[in-house]
Formats: sequence, structure tokens, C-alpha cells
Amino acid sequence: MKLFTKSNYMNPYIAGVGLGLVLLAAFYVSGNGLGASGAMMRTVVIVEKVISQAHVDSNIYLSKYGGGDKNPWDAWLVFQVIGVLVGGIISGIFGGRMKVEINHGPKITKKRRLVFAFLGGGLFGAGARIARGCTSGIVLSGGATLALGSWVTMVCLFIPAFGLAYFFRKNWI
Amino acid sequence: MAPLVHNLGHSSHTDAFLAFLIGIGFGFFLEQGGFGNAVKLAKTFYFKDMTVLKVMFTAIIVAMTGLIFMDQFHMIDLSLIWINPTYLWPGIVGGLIMGVGFIVGGYCPGTGIVGLVTLKVDALFNILGALVGMAITAEIIPFIYEWWTGSLIGKRITIPEYFDISPGIVGFLIILIALGLFVFSEVMEKRSGHKE
Repeated sequence: MKLFTKSNYMNPYIAGVGLGLVLLAAFYVSGNGLGASGAMMRTVVIVEKVISQAHVDSNIYLSKYGGGDKNPWDAWLVFQVIGVLVGGIISGIFGGRMKVEINHGPKITKKRRLVFAFLGGGLFGAGARIARGCTSGIVLSGGATLALGSWVTMVCLFIPAFGLAYFFRKNWI
Repeated sequence: MAPLVHNLGHSSHTDAFLAFLIGIGFGFFLEQGGFGNAVKLAKTFYFKDMTVLKVMFTAIIVAMTGLIFMDQFHMIDLSLIWINPTYLWPGIVGGLIMGVGFIVGGYCPGTGIVGLVTLKVDALFNILGALVGMAITAEIIPFIYEWWTGSLIGKRITIPEYFDISPGIVGFLIILIALGLFVFSEVMEKRSGHKE
């Protein structure tokens, strides 16, 4: 088994072992799993606090993150995501992938790709808030702890991704 | 006994620094796996490049097996570990919406972040979309709060507890499923002429 593929990515099984050990280390050190979307939500609340603290206080969901004097960024997850930024850059330099580009299927324009990227992101963000986590917090972390709801959400996430793939094939292949 | 944060008594600064280091590892392996490229991610859903399934399920079974063994050897107190709560319907609906978002946008939040820092413009648009989507959803949740906090099956319920099967057996079955997915992935990639 080679450590790197011809296109300079790490062998997926080895990258998976690395990722699994990082996840295990997170549980071992802090008791937390890995996450991503929670830090994005906290960033949204930071912006909303600047615009209107009263609005954050009056919303039962937003106030959990940033009600009153609460600093939404004062959270384990936020520091972990700052690490993700750095780790991604290190790996990108290492793999020669630090390049300004728009990745899309051969049959669509860059503009169409950006529109769909935005819309897809919006849906993913909405779903992550409703499900209380995303692929990192639910599928990876909840998958490893065998959390019942995480496995339900994992299955539900893959059904439309595979099931609707045919209708979005132009975007990708 | 782990988790260390509960008995080392170290400061919140140390805890934040450890979170930062763990995050570096997370971002590194996500990007190394190829998760910074939305086309590579999306090709999984056409059975052309199964990297996502391979990396994800390998990571899950490695961490899961580690937790099961550490528990057996009393190296970790699982009652202090974060277990995702099970709210059935929000979990189902949220999962379905995320799945649509995945095939439309190509990234999830974590992969979008490694795409962004490796300068993928589509990742930037994806993250901006996610922030807007979250802001809108945060305005909707108060109106569906009863539904959103209803259908709670358990705050910390796991598959072994729910079905009353030992974690070792559940873990073993999940490893078998993962191995089956790996074989399936290799066969599909060969059929579609994917070479790495």
C-alpha cells in the first residue's frame, strides 16, 4: 500500500486512520468530538450581536450562544476550528494544492458552480442547525461513539446525496 | 483516567491550546484525504471516486474501536464523553436537508473550511451560503421549537443501549459493514476506470 496516490493525495485508508486517531485524541483529551458547523453558527451570532444584541437576547436559539454578556467564540470548538484552518493550509502547501481555483464539472460554467455552491451551502447550514450538527459533529464523532441519533442522521444524509445525484450530474461529471 | 481535561485541572487556556492542536490534525488529514476539492468529494455519489466513504468509515471504525478498548481497559470514563442527543425527527429532517445540500454544493462545513484555506473560490461561496442558511434557520427554530425539542429518545442514548446489545458486538458489525463498503468502493472505482 503506497502512502500517497499518483495525484499526491494521501492514501484514503491511511488518511482515515490518521483522522480516526485525531478524533480519538479529541475524546481522550477533552471528552469532545470534532466539529465544524457549530463554530460557523457562533460566528453568525457574533455578527448578529454587533447588529442587535436585543435581537439575540429575544431569540431562544441565538441567546443560548450569545445572550447577554456571553461571547459566542469562547468555546472549545472555535479553537479547534482555528486549528483546522492551519492544518488545512499545512496540508495544502505540502500537497501543492494552494491554488486559487473554482472546481466544477466539465459541462458547467464557473458562475453556475458558484451559484450552486452558495445554495448547497445554505441548505447544508440549515440542515446542520436542525439536526444539531454536521458531518464532523454527527457523522464522524457520533458515528464513533455509536450515538443512536447520529447513525439515523448519517443514513438520512446519504439517501438524498446518492438518490438525487443523477439530477445534478451535470454539475460534477 | 481520560478524558484528561477532567482530572488534570489545567486552565481553560491549556484546553483551548489542545483544541487548536487537535484541530490542526483534523484539518491536515481532511485536506490530505482530498476533501478540499468539491469535485473529488461529489464523485463519491457517482461511484467514481470513493475517497469520502473510505476516509470517513476508516476514521469512524478506528476511533470507535479505540473507545471500546479504552473503556474495557478502564482508560477512559465514557460517562464524561460527549454523546450526541437523539431527537428523532429533527435528526431525520436535518440529515435529509444536509444530504441535498451536499449533492448541490459539494462541500460540508468541515470540508468547506479546508477548501477555503486552500483558496478554492467555490468553497468560499459554499461557506457564505452556510452562514446565511444558519442565520435564517436560527430565525425559524423559535417557531418550531416544540417540534425541534420533541421526539427526544435520549440525551445520551447509544445503539448498544437502545437495542441492548454489547458495544463489542455492535462495533464488530459496524467493522464488517465498513469492510463491505471498502470492497464495494474498490470494485466500483475499478469499473468506472478510476486510477490512483
